[in-house]
Amino acid sequence: MQQPVPPYSLSAEDGRTVVRLRGDWTIDRLTPGALALGDLPPPAQGVAAIHLGEVAALDAAGAWLVVRLALSWRAAGRATDLADATPEQLLLLERVAAAAPESLPAPRPRLYILDMLERMGETVVEGARHTLRQIGFFGLVLACAARTARSPRRLRLTSAVHHMEAVGINAVPIVGLLSFLIGMVMVFVSVQQLARFGAQIYTINMLEIAVYREMAPLLTAIIVAGRSGSAFTAQIGAMVVNEEVDAMRSMGLDPLEMLVLPRLLALLTMVPLLTFLADIVGIVGGGLMCWTFMDIAPAEFLERFRSLPWPWHFRVGLIKAPFYALVIGVIGCFEGFEVTGSSASVGERTTRSVVEAIFWIIVLNAFFAAFFSTLGY
Amino acid sequence: MQDAQPVIEVRGVTNAFGRQVVHQGLDLAVRPGEILGVIGGSGSGKSVLLHTIIGLRRPQAGTVRVFGQDAHAASEEDRRAIERRWGVLFQSGALFSSLTVAQNIQAPMREHLRLPQRLMDELAAIKIRMVGLPPEAGAKYPSELSGGMRKRAGLARALAMDPDILFLDEPTSGLDPIGAAAFDDLIKDLHEALRPTVFMVTHDLDSLHAICDRVAVLAGGRICAIGTLEEILAVNEPWIADYFAGPRGRAASACHGAGRRA
Repeated sequence: MQQPVPPYSLSAEDGRTVVRLRGDWTIDRLTPGALALGDLPPPAQGVAAIHLGEVAALDAAGAWLVVRLALSWRAAGRATDLADATPEQLLLLERVAAAAPESLPAPRPRLYILDMLERMGETVVEGARHTLRQIGFFGLVLACAARTARSPRRLRLTSAVHHMEAVGINAVPIVGLLSFLIGMVMVFVSVQQLARFGAQIYTINMLEIAVYREMAPLLTAIIVAGRSGSAFTAQIGAMVVNEEVDAMRSMGLDPLEMLVLPRLLALLTMVPLLTFLADIVGIVGGGLMCWTFMDIAPAEFLERFRSLPWPWHFRVGLIKAPFYALVIGVIGCFEGFEVTGSSASVGERTTRSVVEAIFWIIVLNAFFAAFFSTLGY
Repeated sequence: MQDAQPVIEVRGVTNAFGRQVVHQGLDLAVRPGEILGVIGGSGSGKSVLLHTIIGLRRPQAGTVRVFGQDAHAASEEDRRAIERRWGVLFQSGALFSSLTVAQNIQAPMREHLRLPQRLMDELAAIKIRMVGLPPEAGAKYPSELSGGMRKRAGLARALAMDPDILFLDEPTSGLDPIGAAAFDDLIKDLHEALRPTVFMVTHDLDSLHAICDRVAVLAGGRICAIGTLEEILAVNEPWIADYFAGPRGRAASACHGAGRRA
């Protein structure tokens, strides 16, 4: 795109300073030479003129460079004329000059430490507000659930079944596979450790505790939070951006009843079922490992598994599942409603929903561990 | 100018979605420097035509030539050169929501050219003033703007590269009558100063009267009439008669006819 001739020349004619422009002055042909036009120092004395007679093409960007030169020279007290411009070029120059940006006052620099303090304060206040809103949302959902429980016909059953398929059935392969692998790894790791004490025989007890009590519910909840919690946030968020939620409200439809309850119901039924599936598949995976590693045949494995004395590991795991479901559902939907106008905020909220859901699942898990061990289960 | 080679030349374009045929052998030529208004009923394929011309959709048959080059068969490099020479205003503005208005305007410059930041800032400020936005708007995000301001910002972005062709997809839809009239004036004004060819899809009868040099009527999968508004009104086609003889059509023509006489 280099032009063979310099885009302008500077000369003195009859005591006037004359700038002659030539060639294309359009935005995609501005060479570094052309860009330097604005930095020409104003002439020391006399009047000046800018000739556009040889300009082949001029657009708003080129016109701005010309106008900028003229303005800066006039500001320095040198009368500057634009000469030889066609009527169209003159019109363009006028329009551009009329739209010339005023030199905006530069924002006053602030102390870095003040900025930092302000940001910190904002984060804390916003965090607190966010938590309050979340608690408020949880309350609204409970109230809505209570209303629906009194008149069950209001429940959107079709929508709930649809979400059950998306949350539950479609998650079966991934939950199954991961749980199978976890069961295998549990046996693999515990055999090696327990063998040091000659206690391989307790591998099966170990497998039961690990899969039933911790791994199956936790793994399921984390997968569902990643798969479905994020999907809920994105779906509801996109609906907020599209003003679909406002439309619902304006028609007197309750978005909580239409959007949140079916999703919550789907989670509350499917997460325990998926946890149960993870229980079975995890034990099968562990059993397979016992067979190949410890020569415990499936029949013998089942026999021993059945004679395990403590039924509460299984129950504790399943008791936890609906609570995880509640956490995933409430956070996923809440973050969806927190979306504001832009599509960037949908992404932001989706990330936040998954991170928060997993965070609370693990906190809740710790709480349950303390609770059940205090009770002696 | 009448005999000049058309800037956009659509020949025999056929577009179909499954079994639903939208365009059937559509021909259209847009002359350099004119403002062409494209009208047609809902679902007649105005937006599909626009998408086909700007290359977002490949037609099942036919060619689209822009600046004399086949837009769909051009090499990657040629296509980019063509894309640099047009600007598109989408129906709802389609501003990038993660960028400020000024950054939105600078996005195509940044992508295609190497310009100093200071010049880009100044050019963005000029474009913002030219489309009638207050200077502070440059630092705002699209979500902080009203619908009308977003349209103006979208227009500023479409003008960023000083395009030779400006595509406008229903520029006045969703604006109040005063805002729509102001937007018409704005387009006319910018057209006078920057002289791009304007391809405008519209539903707005006032826009047709106020700013369009020629009008193309899209019906039955083809351009069934093209010409100045007077010529179109003389065409004996039931849809056109319905379109302009409806209460809104009569009001618009009465108002503009009176304005012209005065």
